Amino acid sequence: MSEAPVHRNLLIKLSMTAVAMFAFAIFVLPPMYDLFCEITGIGGKTGGAYTASEITIDTSRKVEVQFVAANNATMPWDFYPTEHKVFVHPGESRKVTFFARNKTGNDMVAQAIPNVLPNNAADYFHKTECFCFNSQPLGAGQEAELDVVFILDPDLPISVNTVTLSYTLFDITDRVAMQVSQIQ
Amino acid sequence: MAHGPSENFFNRWLFSTSHKDIGTLYLWFSFAMFLLGGFFAMVIRAELFQPGMQLIKPEFFVQMTTMHGLVMVFGAIMPAFVGLANWMIPMMIGAPDMALPRMNNLSFWLLPFAFAILTSTLFMEGGGPNFGWTFYAPLSTTYAPDSVNYFIFAVHIMGASSIMGSINIIATVMNMRAPGMTYMKMPMFVWTWLITAFLLVAVMPVLAGLVTMMLMDINFGTSFFDAAGGGDPVLFQHVFWFFGHPEVYIIILPAFGVISQIIPTFSRKPLFGYSSMVYATASIAFLSFVVWAHHMFTVGMPIAGELYFMYATMLIAVPTGVKVFNWITTMYKGALTFETPMLFSVAFVILFTFGGFTGMMLSIAAADIQYHDTYFVVAHFHYVMVAGAVFSGTAAVYYWLPKWCGKMYDETMGKVQFWLAFISFNITFMPQHFLGLAGMPRRYSDYGLQFADWNMVSSIGAFLYGGAQLLFLYNVIRTIGWGKPISDPQVWEGAQGLEWTVPTPAPFHTFSTPPVIK
Repeated sequence: MSEAPVHRNLLIKLSMTAVAMFAFAIFVLPPMYDLFCEITGIGGKTGGAYTASEITIDTSRKVEVQFVAANNATMPWDFYPTEHKVFVHPGESRKVTFFARNKTGNDMVAQAIPNVLPNNAADYFHKTECFCFNSQPLGAGQEAELDVVFILDPDLPISVNTVTLSYTLFDITDRVAMQVSQIQ
Repeated sequence: MAHGPSENFFNRWLFSTSHKDIGTLYLWFSFAMFLLGGFFAMVIRAELFQPGMQLIKPEFFVQMTTMHGLVMVFGAIMPAFVGLANWMIPMMIGAPDMALPRMNNLSFWLLPFAFAILTSTLFMEGGGPNFGWTFYAPLSTTYAPDSVNYFIFAVHIMGASSIMGSINIIATVMNMRAPGMTYMKMPMFVWTWLITAFLLVAVMPVLAGLVTMMLMDINFGTSFFDAAGGGDPVLFQHVFWFFGHPEVYIIILPAFGVISQIIPTFSRKPLFGYSSMVYATASIAFLSFVVWAHHMFTVGMPIAGELYFMYATMLIAVPTGVKVFNWITTMYKGALTFETPMLFSVAFVILFTFGGFTGMMLSIAAADIQYHDTYFVVAHFHYVMVAGAVFSGTAAVYYWLPKWCGKMYDETMGKVQFWLAFISFNITFMPQHFLGLAGMPRRYSDYGLQFADWNMVSSIGAFLYGGAQLLFLYNVIRTIGWGKPISDPQVWEGAQGLEWTVPTPAPFHTFSTPPVIK
């Protein structure tokens, strides 16, 4: 190519802009979006494992915590909370269980994705233990009790009287199989 | 040979590096795509003529709506304006050709392949893209037909074509202006295209990145948009509209440029408020990057986000209003005549403003919850895309065709086409406002009985509008073949600008030596 130098310089700059915008879309926008949701607490995503520290239990408040379990589109398992709601004081540690049964004839792996409503409660819903931290393999016909231990932060906004914790169960058998085959 | 096009047909068109020949290729290609996308629209309107399923299956209907949108946006409107840019920008700034002629050839010849791939998906097992032209995840990832990989590849190719085309336009405008052609003396069409080209370089790669993420989600086990792996489908909408909102201005800004050339000609007055037009165009381009989420008010944003996107969107009405008032003021007390290009331009100003007002209604976050994904939205964007971009493209062809081929089109047939297009356009899309406000959702192949009458009216209008385009095609072919020859370089009495100083028809090489700009 024997373009004039003025054209070549511009061509290089503009091509680099295009490549940079491509990289921006893939490598910057998704993490930026996650960060934004985390800071603002929108999207209802809860944090990872929480280490309990000495916090006083606020016995003057009682908050209703509701549990919802759902299967994503093609997920065939039985999946439901053993208690549909509990009342807790902020600061109090509480254990609840969910029941899951793989009623198919195949070994499967599931992943539960949590979500908390209202959005402004998500930052104050701490889980010290949760089955959603790991994937859940269940053999054909197997069933399991899945534990969640949570603490509501005493700083939970005063306007919040009811918190809903929902889990959606996804079938990730194919995904895990792919990772296994890639390792082998 | 050195002074004219190659006499071998294949050498001339396949290997062309002439901005005029490539411009012609772009224009014919976009018209072919316009007819293809129009055919898809006819299928849609024929099915919606009556309630119930008559002609096609619902699965095929959604493929038609998807392909209609994709073909019209990426195949018809965008290449049409790139074609006009190729033909007119070098002649308007006194340059002998585009800055990078071989890349120009490549960027055109990618397009037929991209659209051949895209259209071929309709004949594949499982059908073509059926997720709407906005291809939201997970419809386009988890639930997509197998042909989605062809769709992704086609989008990559057309994106590469657009990026190369716009780099070429930027290089031409920045480096190849005739001496004395300062930025603030450039015709408005050149200005709007320069800004559009920057928008394209900035956002087409984002679209490429988006479909790449889709490709990885579908084939390589990532989960950008899959909640099962910690991703988020709402992220898809944010990235899509970060591309998609600038995209709508990519479509409309060159149309503004065309109108800003035609209205002064037939008003026999210079464009009113030239510098405010330049600044308004630049502000619209800037604002287009910061309003994207007004397309997704219903995803569950915090109230602060809804308010911000609502106010920022309303702000765009200010520079757009500046442009509309400038066009009207240009016409005010002008010696107006209404040849076909002027008729289309005046209709553009009226109907585009109407579409702008329905846009203002949609920008109200609280009201948008009601309007979202109804036919009201369909009516809104067809007023700005069809009466905006397509009318201005038609006006541009009538305006410059005599200069391109040295023959005059049939004015009576042009006027008949205009009135047919203008009336049938309104018969088609005006009732869709009523349907949308009454609650008819978009993209469905069937509807409740209460929507039957207006849908029939809309379908009749659509068939008439399709007929008007065939008349347009006939008029253009007739002009090129048997039009009355003209030789006046000026063509139009009131026309200003360098393109009217070269002979008619425009010779194969123009401005081999730069013109003197006073």
